[in-house]
Amino acid sequence: MTPESDDELWSAIGDPSRRRVLDLLVRRGEASASWLAGQVPFSRQAVSKHLVVLEQAGLISRRKHGREVLYQVDAERLDQATRAMAELASQWDGRLNTIKRLAEAAHAQTRAQTQEHEA
Amino acid sequence: MADFQIEREVVIDAPVEVVWRTITEPEQIRQWFADRVELELEPGGRGLMGFEDRALPLVVETVEPPTRFSFRWNHPAGEEPAAGNSTLVEFTLVGEGERTRLRVVEGGLELLAWPVGDKERFADEHRGGWAMFMDRLARLLAERPGE
Repeated sequence: MTPESDDELWSAIGDPSRRRVLDLLVRRGEASASWLAGQVPFSRQAVSKHLVVLEQAGLISRRKHGREVLYQVDAERLDQATRAMAELASQWDGRLNTIKRLAEAAHAQTRAQTQEHEA
Repeated sequence: MADFQIEREVVIDAPVEVVWRTITEPEQIRQWFADRVELELEPGGRGLMGFEDRALPLVVETVEPPTRFSFRWNHPAGEEPAAGNSTLVEFTLVGEGERTRLRVVEGGLELLAWPVGDKERFADEHRGGWAMFMDRLARLLAERPGE
């Protein structure tokens, strides 16, 4: 994947801080919450919250390693999820464009009728 | 505020009142969303979006004409939709002179079942909800070529 397509994938996934955490996990392979917290400008607590959401979405998994808990990305699932998110986003684009067309047509019609009425 | 969401927006050459009707009147919603639409336009109101053989129930959350409209759906069958078991679709309309900036946010997507076989937990809880959802969306688009 090129950096550009990475960006596009990440942009499909929620907020920038969480993308940062995911990005770090992708690059690192496996990491603990405290290592991650050392790499980002937000708190360990925020990192933990992001990890919970990512785990809930099934994008990452955890395993115990001695006294540490290590997190890693489920690459296949991440890939599918990002594609599904991008697809859902494009579906909303489609709907919004249809709404735009409908509303503009309705508005143009009202305006035409008003002008006819005034003329 | 830590969920997965999609945010999209569009600028429309029509006043907010016109756009409001387009996104809240069932006969108009049928033209951009579902084949069959029922909607009680009030907070707590029930509705459904029907796609061919399937009908998805929804519950209206916010109705503030002509600027905010939101509903919850994609909750498991037999449950009441709430934060934690459904996605929330929120429309925000901002008037800019004769134009309207329409924004849609769908949040709570981490709760949907993603199309993967190895996470039985998700598949069981949502009965393939995400896959069905994507399927529906794809069909919806296919019915409207060129848009």
